[in-house]
Amino acid sequence: MSGFTPDEMMTVAAARALRDGAVCFVGIGLPSTAANLARRTHAQNLVLVYESGTIGAKPDRLPLSIGDGVLADTAVSVVGVPEIFNYWLQPGRIDVGFLGAAQLDRFGNINTTVVGGDYHHPGVRLPGAGGAPEIAASCREVVVVVRQSRRAFVERVDFVTSFGFGSGPGEREALGLTGAGPRLVITDLGVLRPDPRTCELVLTQVHPGVDPEAVRERTGWDLEIADDLGRTEPPTDRELAVLRELTR
Amino acid sequence: MAAIAPLAEAVAHVVRDGDTVAFEGFTHLIPFAAGHEVIRQGRRDLTLVRMTPDVLYDQLIGAGCARKLVFSWGGNPGVGSLHRFRDAVEHGWPRPLELEEHSHAGMANRYVAAASGLPFAVLRGYTGTDLPAQTANISSVTCPFTGEVLTAVAALRLDAAVVHAQRADRHGNVQLWGITGVQKEAVLAASRSLVTVEEVVDELDPRPGAVVLPSWVVDYVSVAPGGAHPSYAHDYSVRDNDFYQAWDGISRDRDRFAQWLEGVA
Repeated sequence: MSGFTPDEMMTVAAARALRDGAVCFVGIGLPSTAANLARRTHAQNLVLVYESGTIGAKPDRLPLSIGDGVLADTAVSVVGVPEIFNYWLQPGRIDVGFLGAAQLDRFGNINTTVVGGDYHHPGVRLPGAGGAPEIAASCREVVVVVRQSRRAFVERVDFVTSFGFGSGPGEREALGLTGAGPRLVITDLGVLRPDPRTCELVLTQVHPGVDPEAVRERTGWDLEIADDLGRTEPPTDRELAVLRELTR
Repeated sequence: MAAIAPLAEAVAHVVRDGDTVAFEGFTHLIPFAAGHEVIRQGRRDLTLVRMTPDVLYDQLIGAGCARKLVFSWGGNPGVGSLHRFRDAVEHGWPRPLELEEHSHAGMANRYVAAASGLPFAVLRGYTGTDLPAQTANISSVTCPFTGEVLTAVAALRLDAAVVHAQRADRHGNVQLWGITGVQKEAVLAASRSLVTVEEVVDELDPRPGAVVLPSWVVDYVSVAPGGAHPSYAHDYSVRDNDFYQAWDGISRDRDRFAQWLEGVA
């Protein structure tokens, strides 16, 4: 099993970002696939929390929505939606918030609301916030999974649906946000991390066979490349086998 | 005491033109049968409220029933966009749709405040986002004990709430389980309520994690087996994922949607 797709690499890299035993608030789609892959490989004690109120779900197949019955059937506890946000997310009990994005900017702010035009007359109307604003605010840290393109990686998001670092250092602290914000942005080309001094996302790792210049070309701002640029280990046979079993 | 009545009669009593109404359900137990009855009865100028407006709200919006949508996430779960919703927002078809949008945490707390008989709820939410600038229903409040400034959201009072549940007893007590969402809060936030159920039974034997709505907080119960289709009723039916996929094609095209609508009427 030597060949793998960029999407498979992205999902495997995202799964590896989750340590065993962590409590993870999972969005549907790519984050859910990655979290379920992690639980089947290196992180068997990963606690999956879904906003539908299912805590400690252990789905035996990939859930197709955040309210899939398999989540309720396999959860340690099923609670109502007000409780999942108020008791479980808000006080900072969750280690990792795992989010997707339609648009993401150089300071890790996320837009899933409107693109183009103005708010009342948008070019494209997106689904909106869902649980993301408070996930981005209250989890100890945030991991974003998103395919890399100029359309998605923009200088400044058209609408701040979920707050990353605003316009730079100190803003999260000034707003009283308890979580550390985006720690990793994992794409189909590599991994970006915020520079601790500037909070700007920097390319710190590329996936196998990816030219860092190609990542810059698919980024809508002047992306900085880390001096000690790392290389992602390719997916292992086991990671690929488990992922393909999950998504077939 | 809830009246057990046929669906058409119950909908006519509970959902009226111009109402602020929630058809709640968090992926699970979505009251499709009741929503389709609202389309058949030609209700107009509704303010539709829901955390996760999905295919049912796409249908109500496309049918011209809605004037405004209050929501926190509007999409076809696991599939993509709601095309009738987007057509209304982006092109004003079949009529313009006013939006008021929130986060899930904000909407959930707005229901809790209304269910609790309070004017607002307090949370840590929306911080740093562009959402508060778009609605007067998100504000701030200073804690009288610590001086901390927190987010306040206005109570979400409803004229009517419509939910689906697994079953009721003959007195109209309602029991639902699995993913229970915000159905209890929605019913308690509403002046009028209707619960459609898979079946009426003699005895509601206990189920793990079940929510029970006593008969005296529910106005109408209607028997609607399969009334959550294409969503599901835990232990009664499974989600029809193929329909959600098919909806993408139906809803993209105004003519195909019109054909679908004729099938409902």
